[in-house]
Amino acid sequence: MLQFIARRLLEALVVVFLALTVVFALQFLAGDPVKLFLPTDTTQKEIEEFRERLGFNDPWIVQYARFLRGAFRGDFGNSLRQQEPALALVLLRLPATLSLSGVAMLLALTIAIPVGVISAARRNSWFDHLGIGATVLGQAIPGFWLGLMLIYVFSVWLRVLPTGGRGTWLHFIMPSITLAAFVAARFARLTRSMMLDVLGQDYIRTARAKGLAPLRVLYKHALKNASLPIVTLLALQLGQLLGGAVITETIFAWPGVGRFLVQALLNRDFPVVLVGVFLTAVLYSALNLVADMAYAWLNPRIRYE
Amino acid sequence: MSSAAATLARAVPGPRPARRRLPLNRSGALGLIVVVLVVGAAALAPVITPYGPADSDLVKTLQSPSRAHWMGTDQLGRDLFTRILYGARVSLAIGLVTVGVSGVIGLFVGLISGYLGGLTDAVLMRLVDVQLSFPFILLALVVNAILGIGLQNIILTLIITGWVVYARLVRGEVLALKTLDYVEAARALGAQQMRIVLRHLLPNLWTPVIILSSLQVAQFIVAEAAISFLGFGVQPPMASWGNMLNEGKTYIYNAWWMTTFPGVALVLTALGVNLVGDWLRDTLDPRLGP
Repeated sequence: MLQFIARRLLEALVVVFLALTVVFALQFLAGDPVKLFLPTDTTQKEIEEFRERLGFNDPWIVQYARFLRGAFRGDFGNSLRQQEPALALVLLRLPATLSLSGVAMLLALTIAIPVGVISAARRNSWFDHLGIGATVLGQAIPGFWLGLMLIYVFSVWLRVLPTGGRGTWLHFIMPSITLAAFVAARFARLTRSMMLDVLGQDYIRTARAKGLAPLRVLYKHALKNASLPIVTLLALQLGQLLGGAVITETIFAWPGVGRFLVQALLNRDFPVVLVGVFLTAVLYSALNLVADMAYAWLNPRIRYE
Repeated sequence: MSSAAATLARAVPGPRPARRRLPLNRSGALGLIVVVLVVGAAALAPVITPYGPADSDLVKTLQSPSRAHWMGTDQLGRDLFTRILYGARVSLAIGLVTVGVSGVIGLFVGLISGYLGGLTDAVLMRLVDVQLSFPFILLALVVNAILGIGLQNIILTLIITGWVVYARLVRGEVLALKTLDYVEAARALGAQQMRIVLRHLLPNLWTPVIILSSLQVAQFIVAEAAISFLGFGVQPPMASWGNMLNEGKTYIYNAWWMTTFPGVALVLTALGVNLVGDWLRDTLDPRLGP
């Protein structure tokens, strides 16, 4: 197990290092990186000064080395808009994003797992059909449209919820539903199909034959054995929520990393973009790593592959 | 051929004539109908509606749905239904072109990676890993913001960010196929590398690639809409469901139709394509399961 963790940890480090390289390379995607760092109405003379001052005239390998050195020290340069370190500005907004993702994930699980279990236990019932319909719809409705529709219904029409911002628990309702919908649909589908698999097994029949209470069989014997892929999906979906947060936060003016990143892209505040993208890659890789470890821990077979 | 072998050859039924059957189920049929309707609406847009997508009428701004304007008008008095039809063209074109090009690139990379193995494989797959270590929508958004707005750049963006899923899938398939007896046999008979790849591996890759593509089309269409919604991607006055929703957001208090109908079009299209994809997957490759 230790060896497995060490190997996966090393792989994750390599990926994070390469992600840094991608972030560095992103600057050159548009041709002249200096243009990304400056407002469009900058004069040629200012551009040249900026280029010299930040070392954009150096060979790219020197720039790359300097970038890596900075990154390892946590120094990605200052935000061009607010003259403060970009990393600090992004980190400041991380709690808002994490709390929203956490609430969304809890919401998704509390709805999806019972729905999946009941759908499987009552296969082909009206509940099952309704559940399948809802999950197909949940996966097809893009978060940003769901968000708009919620705003229309609850803020414009019924006037019961705030359209955006953060403060009270009321502010959590619409963004977390928006973020949770897609994830909940995936969990419900997966739970249902895993439960169907498990419910056909001999030991379930045995448990039932012994006369155990049906609910006990369902939750204690079946769900426990079906939970392995669900746990794996949990970590992977937490990573997906980080991507979804970009859009959800923008719609609901949620002061998190995602919205900050979109604003930085619109304002051409490239140091902030670099940090945001890099931080997401690190979190995302870490979550993938956790998913792998959870899987290996729960299922000894794959540790030896 | 000895007589014994000849008898055996006669006894063992040969491959059936290649007539692929695709039995339709209910949700698959529903998906197909939706897809055909959307494609038809996009293709026949100029016939269906008397308006042009950019025809504005400043006397008739923000009108609610009526007989003259089935889905109402927007802030410039443009007919919303017309813009949704022309938006379907943008969505479908983007979905198909990006899936086509990124699919071919991914197929090629996956084949090379899986077949050659070794250092090539290690390098290519690390590249794939890195790209998969960013949430797709985030990477696409950033790449698009850097490349710049516009139709070509959103297509380029989705190709750059989309090929990796194909590469990983194809590589996995090739690794499995490579060890099968018939490939070994071809190699033992002295078949050229190129021949093995083209004649023995490639034909077996079409099924998984087609299945993945059908699901990717929906993902790319939604991604374009999301990016355009955020103000990047396809720019007004060109109609895209994403930028129409973005415009509608501003008028959510007085024009519900502007945020409702483009979204319905997007969801229906994504739903239809996904249903077709699920049906293809279940029919062509039952072992993949739901």
